[in-house]
Amino acid sequence: MRRRTRLWRIAAPIAVGVVLLALWQAIVTVEQIPVYILPGPAAIGAALWTDGPSLLGSLLVTLRITLAALAAAAFLGGAIALVFSLSRILALSLFPYAVILQVTPIVAIAPLIIIWVQQPFLALLVCAWIVAFFPIVSNTTIGLNSAERNLLALFRLYGASRWQTLRYLRLPTALPYFLAGLRISGGLALIGAVVAEFVAGTGGTETGLAFRILEAGYRLAIPRLFAALFLLSATGIVIYLIIDVLSRFALRHWHESAIDEGEE
Amino acid sequence: MSPIVSLRGVTKRFNSGVTALDPIHLDVAKAEFLSLLGPSGCGKTTLLRIIAGLSAPSTGECRLALDSTDRSAPAAGRIGFVFQDPILMPWSTALGNVLLPFRLVGRVGAAERERAAAELSAVGLAGFERAYPRQLSGGMRMRVSIARALVTDPDLLLLDEPFAALDEITRMALNDDLLRLWESRRATVVFVTHSVFESVYLSTRIAVLSSRPGRVVANLAIDLPQPRERALRTNPDYNAICATVSAHLSRAMVTEPS
Ligand SMILES: Nc1ncnc2c1ncn2[C@@H]1O[C@H](COP(=O)(O)OP(=O)(O)OP(=O)(O)O)[C@@H](O)[C@H]1O
Ligand SMILES: [Mg+2]
Repeated sequence: MRRRTRLWRIAAPIAVGVVLLALWQAIVTVEQIPVYILPGPAAIGAALWTDGPSLLGSLLVTLRITLAALAAAAFLGGAIALVFSLSRILALSLFPYAVILQVTPIVAIAPLIIIWVQQPFLALLVCAWIVAFFPIVSNTTIGLNSAERNLLALFRLYGASRWQTLRYLRLPTALPYFLAGLRISGGLALIGAVVAEFVAGTGGTETGLAFRILEAGYRLAIPRLFAALFLLSATGIVIYLIIDVLSRFALRHWHESAIDEGEE
Repeated sequence: MSPIVSLRGVTKRFNSGVTALDPIHLDVAKAEFLSLLGPSGCGKTTLLRIIAGLSAPSTGECRLALDSTDRSAPAAGRIGFVFQDPILMPWSTALGNVLLPFRLVGRVGAAERERAAAELSAVGLAGFERAYPRQLSGGMRMRVSIARALVTDPDLLLLDEPFAALDEITRMALNDDLLRLWESRRATVVFVTHSVFESVYLSTRIAVLSSRPGRVVANLAIDLPQPRERALRTNPDYNAICATVSAHLSRAMVTEPS
Protein backbone atom coordinates (compact mmCIF):
# COMPACT_ATOMS: atom_id res chain seq x y z
CA MET A 1 0.00 0.00 0.00
CA ARG A 2 2.71 2.39 1.11
CA ARG A 3 5.10 1.50 -1.71
CA ARG A 4 2.27 1.94 -4.16
CA THR A 5 1.48 5.47 -2.95
CA ARG A 6 5.10 6.44 -3.13
CA LEU A 7 5.37 5.10 -6.67
CA TRP A 8 2.34 7.09 -7.72
CA ARG A 9 3.75 10.21 -6.15
CA ILE A 10 6.64 10.04 -8.60
CA ALA A 11 5.08 8.32 -11.60
CA ALA A 12 1.90 10.35 -11.91
CA PRO A 13 3.48 13.82 -12.28
CA ILE A 14 6.08 12.43 -14.71
CA ALA A 15 3.37 10.86 -16.87
CA VAL A 16 1.46 14.15 -16.96
CA GLY A 17 4.69 15.96 -17.91
CA VAL A 18 5.50 13.58 -20.74
CA VAL A 19 1.99 13.84 -22.18
CA LEU A 20 2.05 17.64 -22.02
CA LEU A 21 5.49 17.83 -23.68
CA ALA A 22 4.41 15.49 -26.47
CA LEU A 23 1.26 17.53 -27.03
CA TRP A 24 3.29 20.74 -27.10
CA GLN A 25 5.76 19.33 -29.62
CA ALA A 26 2.92 18.02 -31.77
CA ILE A 27 1.14 21.35 -31.89
CA VAL A 28 4.32 23.27 -32.68
CA THR A 29 5.23 20.83 -35.47
CA VAL A 30 1.78 20.50 -37.01
CA GLU A 31 0.98 24.21 -36.88
CA GLN A 32 4.51 25.08 -37.97
CA ILE A 33 4.85 27.76 -35.31
CA PRO A 34 8.11 29.65 -35.85
CA VAL A 35 10.77 29.02 -33.25
CA TYR A 36 11.02 32.73 -32.28
CA ILE A 37 7.38 32.69 -31.19
CA LEU A 38 7.07 29.34 -29.50
CA PRO A 39 9.86 26.78 -29.69
CA GLY A 40 8.96 23.14 -29.14
CA PRO A 41 10.52 20.99 -26.42
CA ALA A 42 13.00 19.59 -28.94
CA ALA A 43 14.34 23.04 -29.82
CA ILE A 44 14.52 23.97 -26.16
CA GLY A 45 16.35 20.74 -25.43
CA ALA A 46 18.85 21.55 -28.14
CA ALA A 47 19.38 25.04 -26.70
CA LEU A 48 19.80 23.53 -23.29
CA TRP A 49 22.48 21.26 -24.73
CA THR A 50 24.47 23.92 -26.58
CA ASP A 51 24.03 26.81 -24.11
CA GLY A 52 23.88 24.58 -21.06
CA PRO A 53 27.39 25.17 -19.71
CA SER A 54 27.16 28.96 -19.94
CA LEU A 55 23.61 28.96 -18.58
CA LEU A 56 24.71 26.80 -15.67
CA GLY A 57 27.36 29.37 -14.86
CA SER A 58 24.69 32.05 -14.73
CA LEU A 59 22.44 29.77 -12.69
CA LEU A 60 25.24 29.45 -10.16
CA VAL A 61 25.32 33.24 -9.79
CA THR A 62 21.58 33.38 -9.17
CA LEU A 63 21.69 30.36 -6.90
CA ARG A 64 24.37 31.94 -4.72
CA ILE A 65 22.18 34.98 -4.17
CA THR A 66 19.11 32.85 -3.57
CA LEU A 67 20.71 30.58 -1.01
CA ALA A 68 22.42 33.43 0.79
CA ALA A 69 19.12 35.31 0.95
CA LEU A 70 17.29 32.21 2.16
CA ALA A 71 19.87 31.57 4.87
CA ALA A 72 19.68 35.21 5.94
CA ALA A 73 15.88 35.03 5.93
CA ALA A 74 15.94 31.89 8.08
CA PHE A 75 18.41 33.28 10.61
CA LEU A 76 17.31 36.89 10.73
CA GLY A 77 13.64 35.99 10.33
CA GLY A 78 13.88 33.47 13.14
CA ALA A 79 15.75 35.97 15.30
CA ILE A 80 13.22 38.71 14.64
CA ALA A 81 10.37 36.32 15.53
CA LEU A 82 12.19 35.40 18.72
CA VAL A 83 12.55 39.05 19.69
CA PHE A 84 8.88 39.61 18.87
CA SER A 85 7.83 36.72 21.08
CA LEU A 86 10.01 37.90 23.97
CA SER A 87 8.93 41.51 23.91
CA ARG A 88 5.35 42.42 23.24
CA ILE A 89 6.24 46.10 22.96
CA LEU A 90 8.86 45.46 20.30
CA ALA A 91 6.47 43.17 18.45
CA LEU A 92 3.67 45.72 18.48
CA SER A 93 5.89 48.57 17.39
CA LEU A 94 7.92 46.77 14.73
CA PHE A 95 5.54 44.28 13.16
CA PRO A 96 3.74 46.90 11.04
CA TYR A 97 7.08 47.84 9.46
CA ALA A 98 7.77 44.23 8.62
CA VAL A 99 4.39 44.20 6.88
CA ILE A 100 5.19 47.41 5.01
CA LEU A 101 8.47 45.92 3.83
CA GLN A 102 6.57 42.85 2.72
CA VAL A 103 3.85 44.60 0.73
CA THR A 104 6.13 47.10 -1.01
CA PRO A 105 6.76 45.77 -4.53
CA ILE A 106 10.40 44.80 -4.74
CA VAL A 107 10.69 46.07 -8.32
CA ALA A 108 9.88 49.54 -7.01
CA ILE A 109 12.57 49.66 -4.35
CA ALA A 110 15.22 47.46 -5.96
CA PRO A 111 16.72 50.38 -7.96
CA LEU A 112 17.09 52.36 -4.75
CA ILE A 113 18.72 49.48 -2.95
CA ILE A 114 21.09 48.94 -5.86
CA ILE A 115 22.10 52.59 -5.66
CA TRP A 116 22.46 52.60 -1.88
CA VAL A 117 24.27 49.31 -1.52
CA GLN A 118 27.36 49.69 -3.65
CA GLN A 119 28.44 46.06 -3.65
CA PRO A 120 26.29 44.33 -6.35
CA PHE A 121 26.11 40.90 -4.69
CA LEU A 122 25.06 42.47 -1.42
CA ALA A 123 22.46 44.66 -3.10
CA LEU A 124 20.83 41.69 -4.80
CA LEU A 125 21.03 39.73 -1.55
CA VAL A 126 19.20 42.50 0.30
CA CYS A 127 16.46 42.58 -2.36
CA ALA A 128 15.95 38.82 -2.26
CA TRP A 129 15.99 38.86 1.52
CA ILE A 130 13.26 41.50 1.67
CA VAL A 131 11.05 39.29 -0.48
CA ALA A 132 11.82 36.13 1.47
CA PHE A 133 11.97 36.98 5.15
CA PHE A 134 8.36 37.77 5.99
CA PRO A 135 6.75 34.30 5.91
CA ILE A 136 9.41 33.10 8.34
CA VAL A 137 8.91 36.01 10.72
CA SER A 138 5.15 35.80 10.72
CA ASN A 139 4.93 31.99 10.91
CA THR A 140 7.56 31.63 13.59
CA THR A 141 6.04 34.40 15.68
CA ILE A 142 2.70 32.60 15.65
CA GLY A 143 4.45 29.31 16.44
CA LEU A 144 6.33 30.74 19.41
CA ASN A 145 3.05 31.97 20.84
CA SER A 146 1.16 28.73 20.21
CA ALA A 147 2.41 26.71 23.14
CA GLU A 148 -0.34 24.62 24.69
CA ARG A 149 -1.89 26.51 27.62
CA ASN A 150 -1.73 23.62 30.03
CA LEU A 151 1.85 22.78 29.11
CA LEU A 152 2.71 26.38 29.96
CA ALA A 153 0.91 25.89 33.26
CA LEU A 154 2.90 22.73 33.89
CA PHE A 155 6.16 24.55 33.21
CA ARG A 156 5.09 27.24 35.66
CA LEU A 157 4.26 24.60 38.25
CA TYR A 158 7.77 23.21 38.03
CA GLY A 159 9.31 26.64 38.33
CA ALA A 160 10.64 26.81 34.77
CA SER A 161 12.58 29.93 33.89
CA ARG A 162 11.72 32.01 30.82
CA TRP A 163 14.70 30.53 29.07
CA GLN A 164 13.67 26.96 29.88
CA THR A 165 10.13 27.60 28.71
CA LEU A 166 11.56 28.96 25.48
CA ARG A 167 13.99 26.13 24.95
CA TYR A 168 11.87 23.16 25.95
CA LEU A 169 8.40 24.38 25.02
CA ARG A 170 8.13 27.42 22.74
CA LEU A 171 10.92 26.52 20.33
CA PRO A 172 9.76 22.95 19.69
CA THR A 173 6.19 24.19 19.29
CA ALA A 174 7.37 26.78 16.77
CA LEU A 175 9.48 24.39 14.70
CA PRO A 176 6.71 23.17 12.33
CA TYR A 177 5.58 26.77 11.83
CA PHE A 178 9.12 27.89 11.08
CA LEU A 179 9.57 25.08 8.56
CA ALA A 180 6.28 25.91 6.87
CA GLY A 181 7.54 29.49 6.56
CA LEU A 182 10.83 28.24 5.16
CA ARG A 183 9.03 26.34 2.38
CA ILE A 184 7.37 29.53 1.21
CA SER A 185 10.53 31.58 1.61
CA GLY A 186 12.55 29.14 -0.48
CA GLY A 187 10.54 29.97 -3.58
CA LEU A 188 10.31 33.65 -2.69
CA ALA A 189 14.08 33.96 -2.31
CA LEU A 190 14.52 32.69 -5.86
CA ILE A 191 11.86 35.03 -7.18
CA GLY A 192 13.42 37.90 -5.24
CA ALA A 193 16.86 37.15 -6.64
CA VAL A 194 15.54 37.00 -10.21
CA VAL A 195 13.51 40.20 -9.91
CA ALA A 196 16.47 42.03 -8.41
CA GLU A 197 18.69 40.77 -11.24
CA PHE A 198 16.17 41.98 -13.79
CA VAL A 199 16.37 45.45 -12.30
CA ALA A 200 20.12 45.37 -11.85
CA GLY A 201 20.73 43.62 -15.18
CA THR A 202 20.08 46.77 -17.13
CA GLY A 203 22.77 48.39 -15.00
CA GLY A 204 25.21 45.78 -16.32
CA THR A 205 26.24 43.67 -13.35
CA GLU A 206 27.34 40.08 -13.11
CA THR A 207 25.35 37.80 -15.39
CA GLY A 208 22.79 35.88 -13.41
CA LEU A 209 20.09 33.81 -15.02
CA ALA A 210 17.64 36.72 -15.14
CA PHE A 211 20.05 38.75 -17.21
CA ARG A 212 20.45 35.85 -19.62
CA ILE A 213 16.67 35.70 -20.03
CA LEU A 214 16.53 39.43 -20.82
CA GLU A 215 19.43 39.13 -23.21
CA ALA A 216 17.94 36.12 -24.99
CA GLY A 217 14.69 38.06 -25.33
CA TYR A 218 16.43 41.02 -26.94
CA ARG A 219 18.20 38.73 -29.40
CA LEU A 220 15.09 36.73 -30.15
CA ALA A 221 16.95 33.60 -29.03
CA ILE A 222 13.69 32.26 -27.73
CA PRO A 223 14.76 28.61 -27.28
CA ARG A 224 17.58 29.81 -25.04
CA LEU A 225 15.11 31.97 -23.13
CA PHE A 226 12.99 28.90 -22.53
CA ALA A 227 16.03 26.86 -21.56
CA ALA A 228 16.94 29.47 -18.96
CA LEU A 229 13.34 29.50 -17.71
CA PHE A 230 13.44 25.73 -17.46
CA LEU A 231 16.60 25.85 -15.35
CA LEU A 232 14.99 28.46 -13.15
CA SER A 233 11.89 26.41 -12.39
CA ALA A 234 13.95 23.25 -11.94
CA THR A 235 16.00 25.13 -9.37
CA GLY A 236 12.85 26.28 -7.58
CA ILE A 237 11.55 22.72 -7.47
CA VAL A 238 14.83 21.36 -6.14
CA ILE A 239 14.92 24.01 -3.41
CA TYR A 240 11.38 23.11 -2.44
CA LEU A 241 12.15 19.40 -2.37
CA ILE A 242 15.24 19.89 -0.23
CA ILE A 243 13.29 21.93 2.30
CA ASP A 244 10.52 19.37 2.22
CA VAL A 245 12.90 16.51 2.98
CA LEU A 246 14.57 18.57 5.68
CA SER A 247 11.30 19.39 7.36
CA ARG A 248 9.97 15.83 7.17
CA PHE A 249 13.18 14.67 8.77
CA ALA A 250 13.05 17.24 11.56
CA LEU A 251 9.42 16.45 12.38
CA ARG A 252 9.44 12.74 11.61
CA HIS A 253 8.58 11.55 15.10
CA TRP A 254 5.73 13.72 16.05
CA HIS A 255 4.19 16.12 13.60
CA GLU A 256 1.22 15.00 11.51
CA SER A 257 2.57 16.84 8.46
CA ALA A 258 5.65 14.62 8.41
CA ILE A 259 3.90 11.30 8.76
CA ASP A 260 3.03 9.20 5.74
CA GLU A 261 -0.63 8.28 5.49
CA GLY A 262 0.47 4.77 4.66
CA GLU A 263 1.86 4.29 8.12
CA GLU A 264 -1.40 4.18 10.03
CA MET B 1 -2.61 20.15 62.87
CA SER B 2 -2.86 23.00 60.43
CA PRO B 3 -4.23 22.10 57.02
CA ILE B 4 -2.00 21.73 53.98
CA VAL B 5 -4.50 23.47 51.75
CA SER B 6 -6.77 26.12 53.11
CA LEU B 7 -9.40 27.77 50.92
CA ARG B 8 -11.18 30.72 52.45
CA GLY B 9 -14.11 32.22 50.59
CA VAL B 10 -12.57 31.47 47.21
CA THR B 11 -14.58 32.62 44.20
CA LYS B 12 -13.72 32.70 40.55
CA ARG B 13 -15.28 34.90 37.95
CA PHE B 14 -13.85 34.74 34.45
CA ASN B 15 -13.49 37.74 32.19
CA SER B 16 -16.18 36.19 30.02
CA GLY B 17 -18.58 36.91 32.88
CA VAL B 18 -18.97 33.27 33.89
CA THR B 19 -18.91 32.73 37.62
CA ALA B 20 -17.34 29.33 38.12
CA LEU B 21 -17.06 29.22 41.91
CA ASP B 22 -19.23 30.58 44.69
CA PRO B 23 -17.41 31.17 47.96
CA ILE B 24 -15.60 27.92 48.65
CA HIS B 25 -14.45 27.11 52.15
CA LEU B 26 -12.38 23.98 52.25
CA ASP B 27 -9.45 22.62 54.23
CA VAL B 28 -7.34 19.67 53.25
CA ALA B 29 -5.35 18.09 56.06
CA LYS B 30 -1.98 16.47 55.61
CA ALA B 31 -2.15 12.93 54.25
CA GLU B 32 -5.83 13.26 53.52
CA PHE B 33 -7.38 11.80 50.37
CA LEU B 34 -10.07 14.23 49.36
CA SER B 35 -12.34 13.68 46.39
CA LEU B 36 -14.18 16.49 44.67
CA LEU B 37 -17.42 15.26 43.24
CA GLY B 38 -19.69 17.43 41.18
CA PRO B 39 -21.56 17.85 37.92
CA SER B 40 -19.76 18.76 34.72
CA GLY B 41 -18.90 22.43 34.47
CA CYS B 42 -19.29 23.16 38.18
CA GLY B 43 -15.74 24.42 38.58
CA LYS B 44 -13.71 21.42 39.73
CA THR B 45 -10.88 22.02 37.30
CA THR B 46 -10.94 25.70 38.13
CA LEU B 47 -10.63 24.85 41.81
CA LEU B 48 -7.66 22.54 41.26
CA ARG B 49 -5.92 25.22 39.20
CA ILE B 50 -6.41 27.70 42.01
CA ILE B 51 -5.00 25.25 44.56
CA ALA B 52 -1.97 24.67 42.33
CA GLY B 53 -1.46 28.42 42.01
CA LEU B 54 -2.02 28.31 38.25
CA SER B 55 -4.97 30.66 38.48
CA ALA B 56 -5.71 33.37 41.01
CA PRO B 57 -9.01 33.43 42.91
CA SER B 58 -11.18 36.46 42.17
CA THR B 59 -11.85 36.93 45.87
CA GLY B 60 -10.86 35.02 48.95
CA GLU B 61 -7.58 33.28 49.44
CA CYS B 62 -5.93 29.94 48.95
CA ARG B 63 -3.08 29.12 51.27
CA LEU B 64 -0.68 26.21 51.02
CA ALA B 65 1.54 24.93 53.80
CA LEU B 66 3.64 22.40 51.99
CA ASP B 67 7.20 22.48 53.19
CA SER B 68 8.52 23.53 56.56
CA THR B 69 9.84 26.74 55.07
CA ASP B 70 7.35 29.53 55.13
CA ARG B 71 7.52 30.61 51.53
CA SER B 72 4.43 31.64 49.66
CA ALA B 73 5.26 29.56 46.59
CA PRO B 74 6.09 25.89 47.18
CA ALA B 75 9.33 24.51 45.80
CA ALA B 76 9.23 23.04 42.31
CA GLY B 77 8.03 19.46 42.27
CA ARG B 78 6.22 19.59 45.62
CA ILE B 79 2.93 19.67 43.74
CA GLY B 80 2.02 17.04 41.18
CA PHE B 81 -0.76 17.93 38.76
CA VAL B 82 -2.52 15.54 36.43
CA PHE B 83 -4.61 17.50 33.96
CA GLN B 84 -7.91 16.31 32.62
CA ASP B 85 -6.20 15.71 29.25
CA PRO B 86 -2.76 14.09 29.04
CA ILE B 87 -0.97 17.34 28.01
CA LEU B 88 2.24 15.73 26.81
CA MET B 89 4.96 17.24 24.66
CA PRO B 90 4.42 15.48 21.32
CA TRP B 91 8.06 15.93 20.29
CA SER B 92 9.33 14.09 23.32
CA THR B 93 9.26 10.37 24.15
CA ALA B 94 7.31 8.94 27.08
CA LEU B 95 10.53 8.93 29.08
CA GLY B 96 11.36 12.47 28.02
CA ASN B 97 7.95 13.63 29.17
CA VAL B 98 8.31 11.98 32.55
CA LEU B 99 11.81 13.47 32.88
CA LEU B 100 10.49 16.99 32.31
CA PRO B 101 10.20 17.91 36.02
CA PHE B 102 13.83 16.93 36.56
CA ARG B 103 14.93 18.72 33.42
CA LEU B 104 13.34 21.91 34.66
CA VAL B 105 15.23 21.83 37.93
CA GLY B 106 18.36 21.18 35.91
CA ARG B 107 19.34 17.70 36.93
CA VAL B 108 18.89 14.81 34.55
CA GLY B 109 21.36 12.09 35.41
CA ALA B 110 21.36 8.34 35.47
CA ALA B 111 19.48 8.32 38.76
CA GLU B 112 16.69 10.51 37.37
CA ARG B 113 16.41 8.39 34.24
CA GLU B 114 16.13 5.30 36.34
CA ARG B 115 13.53 6.94 38.52
CA ALA B 116 11.47 8.04 35.54
CA ALA B 117 11.65 4.59 33.96
CA ALA B 118 10.56 3.04 37.26
CA GLU B 119 7.61 5.43 37.43
CA LEU B 120 6.61 4.47 33.88
CA SER B 121 6.67 0.80 34.73
CA ALA B 122 4.66 1.55 37.87
CA VAL B 123 1.82 2.78 35.64
CA GLY B 124 2.21 -0.28 33.42
CA LEU B 125 4.24 1.28 30.63
CA ALA B 126 7.50 -0.62 30.91
CA GLY B 127 8.94 -1.00 27.43
CA PHE B 128 7.28 2.15 26.13
CA GLU B 129 10.01 4.54 27.29
CA ARG B 130 11.02 5.46 23.76
CA ALA B 131 7.52 5.68 22.31
CA TYR B 132 6.25 9.06 21.17
CA PRO B 133 2.84 10.20 22.44
CA ARG B 134 1.26 9.72 19.02
CA GLN B 135 2.20 6.06 19.18
CA LEU B 136 0.34 5.60 22.46
CA SER B 137 -3.37 5.12 23.12
CA GLY B 138 -5.35 7.76 24.99
CA GLY B 139 -5.25 5.78 28.21
CA MET B 140 -1.51 5.16 27.87
CA ARG B 141 -0.91 8.87 27.36
CA MET B 142 -2.89 9.58 30.49
CA ARG B 143 -0.72 7.12 32.38
CA VAL B 144 2.41 8.87 31.13
CA SER B 145 1.07 12.10 32.54
CA ILE B 146 0.32 10.36 35.86
CA ALA B 147 3.89 9.06 35.95
CA ARG B 148 5.15 12.57 35.29
CA ALA B 149 3.15 13.92 38.23
CA LEU B 150 4.47 11.21 40.56
CA VAL B 151 8.10 11.28 39.58
CA THR B 152 9.07 14.12 41.93
CA ASP B 153 7.42 12.45 44.92
CA PRO B 154 5.09 15.40 45.48
CA ASP B 155 3.62 16.27 48.87
CA LEU B 156 0.40 17.40 47.25
CA LEU B 157 -1.08 15.50 44.34
CA LEU B 158 -3.84 17.15 42.34
CA LEU B 159 -5.63 14.77 40.00
CA ASP B 160 -8.25 15.93 37.54
CA GLU B 161 -10.31 12.90 36.46
CA PRO B 162 -7.13 10.96 35.72
CA PHE B 163 -8.86 7.66 35.04
CA ALA B 164 -11.83 8.85 33.02
CA ALA B 165 -10.37 7.59 29.75
CA LEU B 166 -9.45 4.13 31.03
CA ASP B 167 -11.21 0.80 30.92
CA GLU B 168 -12.69 -0.55 34.14
CA ILE B 169 -9.95 -3.12 34.79
CA THR B 170 -7.05 -0.73 34.30
CA ARG B 171 -8.95 1.84 36.24
CA MET B 172 -9.36 -0.43 39.26
CA ALA B 173 -5.72 -1.45 39.05
CA LEU B 174 -4.64 2.19 38.97
CA ASN B 175 -7.03 2.96 41.82
CA ASP B 176 -5.19 0.41 43.92
CA ASP B 177 -1.81 1.67 42.74
CA LEU B 178 -2.80 5.17 43.69
CA LEU B 179 -3.88 3.98 47.14
CA ARG B 180 -0.61 2.10 47.71
CA LEU B 181 1.27 5.16 46.64
CA TRP B 182 -0.70 7.39 48.90
CA GLU B 183 -0.24 5.05 51.84
CA SER B 184 3.48 4.62 51.34
CA ARG B 185 4.36 8.22 50.58
CA ARG B 186 1.90 9.92 52.86
CA ALA B 187 1.09 12.41 50.16
CA THR B 188 -1.98 14.59 50.33
CA VAL B 189 -4.34 13.97 47.44
CA VAL B 190 -7.11 16.07 45.94
CA PHE B 191 -8.89 13.93 43.41
CA VAL B 192 -11.57 15.05 40.96
CA THR B 193 -13.89 12.41 39.63
CA HIS B 194 -17.38 11.83 38.27
CA SER B 195 -17.58 8.35 39.70
CA VAL B 196 -19.27 7.95 43.06
CA PHE B 197 -17.93 4.41 43.47
CA GLU B 198 -14.40 5.46 42.74
CA SER B 199 -14.52 8.39 45.11
CA VAL B 200 -15.88 6.33 47.99
CA TYR B 201 -13.37 3.56 47.38
CA LEU B 202 -10.42 5.93 47.40
CA SER B 203 -11.19 8.81 49.70
CA THR B 204 -11.01 9.62 53.32
CA ARG B 205 -13.33 12.53 52.61
CA ILE B 206 -15.60 13.64 49.79
CA ALA B 207 -16.63 17.20 49.03
CA VAL B 208 -19.73 17.36 46.86
CA LEU B 209 -20.00 20.49 44.74
CA SER B 210 -23.20 22.02 43.40
CA SER B 211 -23.70 22.78 39.73
CA ARG B 212 -22.27 26.07 38.52
CA PRO B 213 -21.35 28.20 40.31
CA GLY B 214 -19.72 25.48 42.39
CA ARG B 215 -20.23 25.48 46.14
CA VAL B 216 -19.42 22.78 48.69
CA VAL B 217 -22.85 21.35 49.49
CA ALA B 218 -21.71 18.28 51.40
CA ASN B 219 -18.53 17.39 53.19
CA LEU B 220 -18.55 13.70 53.97
CA ALA B 221 -15.94 11.79 55.93
CA ILE B 222 -15.70 8.26 54.57
CA ASP B 223 -15.41 5.92 57.47
CA LEU B 224 -14.20 2.73 55.89
CA PRO B 225 -11.33 0.54 57.08
CA GLN B 226 -7.80 1.33 55.95
CA PRO B 227 -6.01 0.12 53.92
CA ARG B 228 -8.69 -0.23 51.29
CA GLU B 229 -8.82 -3.57 49.54
CA ARG B 230 -10.64 -4.95 46.52
CA ALA B 231 -13.02 -6.84 48.81
CA LEU B 232 -14.38 -3.51 49.94
CA ARG B 233 -16.20 -3.10 46.66
CA THR B 234 -18.70 -5.74 47.71
CA ASN B 235 -18.91 -4.67 51.35
CA PRO B 236 -22.46 -3.58 52.40
CA ASP B 237 -21.10 -0.55 54.29
CA TYR B 238 -19.34 0.55 51.12
CA ASN B 239 -22.55 0.26 49.16
CA ALA B 240 -24.51 2.13 51.78
CA ILE B 241 -22.03 5.01 51.69
CA CYS B 242 -22.13 5.03 47.90
CA ALA B 243 -25.91 5.38 48.09
CA THR B 244 -25.64 8.30 50.50
CA VAL B 245 -23.05 10.06 48.36
CA SER B 246 -25.18 9.47 45.26
CA ALA B 247 -28.15 11.05 46.99
CA HIS B 248 -26.07 14.11 47.91
CA LEU B 249 -24.81 14.35 44.34
CA SER B 250 -28.27 14.18 42.79
CA ARG B 251 -29.44 16.88 45.15
CA ALA B 252 -26.40 18.96 44.22
CA MET B 253 -27.17 18.58 40.56
CA VAL B 254 -30.71 19.93 40.77
CA THR B 255 -29.62 22.96 42.81
CA GLU B 256 -30.35 25.93 40.63
CA PRO B 257 -27.65 28.58 40.49
CA SER B 258 -28.73 31.56 42.54
N1 LIG C 1 -10.45 30.09 30.99
C1 LIG C 1 -11.79 30.19 31.11
N2 LIG C 1 -12.43 31.29 30.64
C2 LIG C 1 -13.76 31.41 30.78
N3 LIG C 1 -14.54 30.51 31.35
C3 LIG C 1 -13.98 29.40 31.85
C4 LIG C 1 -12.57 29.17 31.74
N4 LIG C 1 -12.29 27.99 32.30
C5 LIG C 1 -13.46 27.49 32.73
N5 LIG C 1 -14.48 28.33 32.46
C6 LIG C 1 -15.89 28.14 32.82
O1 LIG C 1 -15.96 27.84 34.19
C7 LIG C 1 -16.87 26.82 34.44
C8 LIG C 1 -16.23 25.71 35.23
O2 LIG C 1 -15.24 25.10 34.41
P1 LIG C 1 -14.37 23.88 34.94
O3 LIG C 1 -13.47 23.49 33.86
O4 LIG C 1 -13.77 24.24 36.25
O5 LIG C 1 -15.50 22.77 35.15
P2 LIG C 1 -15.34 21.27 35.65
O6 LIG C 1 -16.09 21.16 36.92
O7 LIG C 1 -13.92 20.88 35.68
O8 LIG C 1 -16.13 20.47 34.53
P3 LIG C 1 -15.84 19.01 33.94
O9 LIG C 1 -16.25 18.03 34.98
O10 LIG C 1 -16.71 18.94 32.74
O11 LIG C 1 -14.39 18.94 33.63
C9 LIG C 1 -17.40 26.37 33.09
O12 LIG C 1 -18.70 26.89 32.94
C10 LIG C 1 -16.48 26.98 32.08
O13 LIG C 1 -17.23 27.43 30.97
MG1 LIG D 1 -12.77 19.65 34.56
